[in-house]
Amino acid sequence: MPAPTTTACRDKMTWDYAPALESRAVVDIHSSYGLFIDGAFVEASDGNAYKTENPATEEVLADIAAASPADVDRAVEAAGRAQKSVWGPMPGTERAKYLYRIARIVQERSRELAVMESLDNGKPIRESRDVDVPLAAAHFFYYAGWADKLDYAGFGPDPRPLGVAGQVIPWNFPLMMAAWKLAPALAAGNTCVLKPASTTPLSALLLAEIIQQADLPPGVVNVLTGAGSVAGAALVAHPGIDKVAFTGSTEIGKDLQRALAGTGKHLTLELGGKAANIVFDDAPLDQAIEGIVNGIFFNQGEVCCAGSRLLVQESIADLVVEKLKRRLGTLRVGDPLDKNTDLGAINNAAQLEKIRSLADEGEAEGAVRWSPPCELPAHGYWFPPTVFTGVSQAHRIAQEEIFGPVLSVLTFRTPEEAVAKANNTIYGLSAGVWTEKGSRILWMAGQLRAGVVWANSFNRFDPTSPFGGYRESGFGREGGRQGLGAYLDV
Amino acid sequence: MKNESTTTVPSDVVAPDGLSLEKARHQMPIGLNASTLVGASGSTAEMLAYLGRSETELRRFLHGLPGVDQVGAEARAASLATRSIKASAKLWALEMAVRMVDLTTLEGADTPGKVLSLCAKARRPDPADPTVPSVAAVCIYPDLVPVAKRALADSSVAVAAVATAFPSGRASLAVKLADVRDAVMAGADEVDMVIDRGAFLSGRYGLVLEEVQAVKEACGRAHLKVILETGELDTYDNVRRASYLAMIGGADFIKTSTGKVSPSATLPVALVMLEAVRDFADLTGARVGVKVAGGIRNAKDAIKYLVIVNETVGEIWLNPAHFRFGASSLLNDLLMQRSKQLTGVYAGSNDYSMS
Repeated sequence: MPAPTTTACRDKMTWDYAPALESRAVVDIHSSYGLFIDGAFVEASDGNAYKTENPATEEVLADIAAASPADVDRAVEAAGRAQKSVWGPMPGTERAKYLYRIARIVQERSRELAVMESLDNGKPIRESRDVDVPLAAAHFFYYAGWADKLDYAGFGPDPRPLGVAGQVIPWNFPLMMAAWKLAPALAAGNTCVLKPASTTPLSALLLAEIIQQADLPPGVVNVLTGAGSVAGAALVAHPGIDKVAFTGSTEIGKDLQRALAGTGKHLTLELGGKAANIVFDDAPLDQAIEGIVNGIFFNQGEVCCAGSRLLVQESIADLVVEKLKRRLGTLRVGDPLDKNTDLGAINNAAQLEKIRSLADEGEAEGAVRWSPPCELPAHGYWFPPTVFTGVSQAHRIAQEEIFGPVLSVLTFRTPEEAVAKANNTIYGLSAGVWTEKGSRILWMAGQLRAGVVWANSFNRFDPTSPFGGYRESGFGREGGRQGLGAYLDV
Repeated sequence: MKNESTTTVPSDVVAPDGLSLEKARHQMPIGLNASTLVGASGSTAEMLAYLGRSETELRRFLHGLPGVDQVGAEARAASLATRSIKASAKLWALEMAVRMVDLTTLEGADTPGKVLSLCAKARRPDPADPTVPSVAAVCIYPDLVPVAKRALADSSVAVAAVATAFPSGRASLAVKLADVRDAVMAGADEVDMVIDRGAFLSGRYGLVLEEVQAVKEACGRAHLKVILETGELDTYDNVRRASYLAMIGGADFIKTSTGKVSPSATLPVALVMLEAVRDFADLTGARVGVKVAGGIRNAKDAIKYLVIVNETVGEIWLNPAHFRFGASSLLNDLLMQRSKQLTGVYAGSNDYSMS
C-alpha cells in the first residue's frame, strides 16, 4: 500500500514542505502478539486472534491475540496473587522505584513508542512525539512520587489499595490512557488488568515489554487484547476485580454502571463530551484562533474534551470565522509519520462512518458546511477539517459528540447566554474561555458545569491537574492527588 | 528563482482592491470607537491619518487592539519551530534566505575598508559559486554610505543606513532628521530608523507617530524601515501597538531590533509583528515588510522565521521585498548549508570569506 503524502489545505504553494518522514524502522513490530499475563506473553487460550491495521493505509500491522473469558480468569488471578503477595505488601519507596524505572524507559524508548502510536492510531507523529509519549512518562514520574507519601495525600493515615483494577481504555490516546490508568493504580498498591482498545493494541503491548524490561514482579500489570464485547465485558464482570476504571463512550459507560450496580466494585468513568470553547469580543484573537484549532483539530478531534462547539460573541463572529478559515488553509493533512502533518487519519472505519453521517446530518439540518481545499489520500480513513456555521443549539451537531475534526460554530450575546448555552448539554467534561478580563474568567469558571475549564488555552494536560467530568461525561478524577483517591479505599 | 530588485514589488504580486470603509470598519480591531469613523470619510488611509490628529484617538485605537496572550503566542511560535524542512524545501529556503539578508556592520570601528569588504561579500557571497544570489542590502552607518554606493553601483544590492541617532534614538527631532537627510543625500536606498522608546513607554504615542511621519517625509524615495527595539518594549501588546504606530506612520518595513539590545529578534516577537502586518494589509491593502535583526546566526533559525512568515502572512511575504534578515554571521552558515544540500558534504568555515 503506498504511503499517503501530506499536503497543505490550500492551492499549490511556491514553498511546499518536502516530506519529512520519521523512520518506521526505529520500532520493531512483531508479526504477532500474545496476551501479557503474569509477566509473560502467551497465546490466547482458544487460539483466537485478529489483525490490527494502520488506519492511514489500511495495511495490516500485526496479528493480535483475542483474549477469551478463560484468559481473563488467568489474568485476574495472577493480578490477585501479585497484589496480595508482592505489590500490596511492598513498601511505597520500593513501588516508587519501579514506577520511576518505567518512566525512564518510556523516555528512553520514546521514539519507538511515538512511531508505534502513530502507525496504529493514525495520529500525527508531531503529536505522539510531543504530547502523548511525554505525558505518559510524566504520569509515571508524577505518581512514582506519591507512592511513598500516601499517608500525606489527604486520605487519612495509611490508606489501603482497593486490590485488583480492571481498566478498559479507548483508542484515541492508547499509550497515554494506559499511563493515566496504570500509574496511580500501581502507586497506590493495586495491581492491574488493562484492556486496550481493539483497534490500538500495539503501544500498550510495547508498554508491556517495557514493564518486563523494568522487572516489575509478574502479575502486577497484565494486558489483555481483544474485543470489548468479549474480553472487556468478561473483565469488568469478573468477581476478582475490585475496581473498574473505564474511559470511552457514554453508551458503554451507562451499561457498565448498570452491570456493576450492587457488586460492591468501585467505578470511575471518563466518557464523552461536547465542550464549549467560548470566545468573548475582548479575547486575544490570534491566540483564540489557535485555541479553536487546537481545541477541535488536535488528534483529529478524536478527543473526549475536544472544543467541538465554538461559542463566539455575535459582535465578532464574522471576523473570527474569517480568521479561522484562513488559518485552516495552513493545516497539513496526510501521512501521520510526516513530521509536518497536522491532521492524520481517523482511527477506524466505523468512526469515519459515524463522522460522515453526523456531518451529513448537519447539512441536512440546514447548517452551512465548509472545509478548506484538502487533498485526502486515496487509501485509509480520512476526513477533512470541517467547520459548520449557522448552527443552532437544536441541531444534532451542536448536541451529539462527533469525535472527529468537525467544529460547530454558534453565537451568543451576553456572558449569561454563553454560560446557558455552554451548559445546555448532557455532558460536562471541559470548556474553554477566551477573554482578557480576569474577573470574567473566574466568574465563568464558577458557572460552567465542566470538570475542566481552560482559560485562554485549550487541551492542556498535566499529571498534577485532576481531569474528569460532570453528568454524562462520567465521574471520578484522573491526575493529581484526586487521581490517587480513585485507587484507594477512602 | 530570479534575483529581483530589493525595492520593487515582484510582478506576480497584485495589490488587492482598496477595502471599502464599510469593510474596514468591520475589520477594524475591536475597541476602535465608532465616532472616530464617523468623523473620517473616504479611504482607510484617511481614516488612519485621522487617528494621528488626536492623542486621545490614537491611544484609544492602540489600546483597543486585541490583546496578545503571552503563553499562547509563545506556544504558537514554538509549535511552528518544530516544522521539519528538508531536501528541496530546505534548498529553496536557504537561497531565499540569502536573498533576504541585510548584510550588516554597525561598529564604532567601521572603516571604508571594512565596508568595501562587506560590499564585495554582499554582491558575490560565494566567489567560487556564481549561482549564489546577491544579498538584499548592506546595512551600515550613514557616513559610510558613499563608500558602499560606489562599491555597489552596478549591482542589485541596496544600501541601507541606520539613522535617527541609532541605536538609542535619544536626540532631538531636528538632529534625527538631519541624520536621515544626510544618509539619503549620500544615496542610501533604505533608511533604518529607531522609534523613541522613551516616548512610547511613557504613553506619548503621538510623538512616536509624528517622528515616524517626519522621517518618512525626509526619506523621500528611500524605503523606510522602522526599528521598534522590541527588547525594550517588554510586552507583546506593546510590540503590536508599536507595529501599528510604525505602519500608520508610513513604514515600508517594521524591524525588530537594533542588535544592540538583548533580547533582539525572537520567534514570538516576529510572529506578533507578522500578525500585525497581516491585519494591517487586510485593513488598508498595504503590504508592510518585516525585518528581523540581531541574534540570528544560523540557517536553522533563519528557516524557522521563514516558516512563521509562510504560515502567518503567507507566501506573498516570502521575498526580499517583504522580509529581511539583519545579520552578519548568518550568511556564511546559509552558504555552508546550501553547499551541503547540493554536494552532500559540509564545507569548513574557512572555505567562506569573512565579510
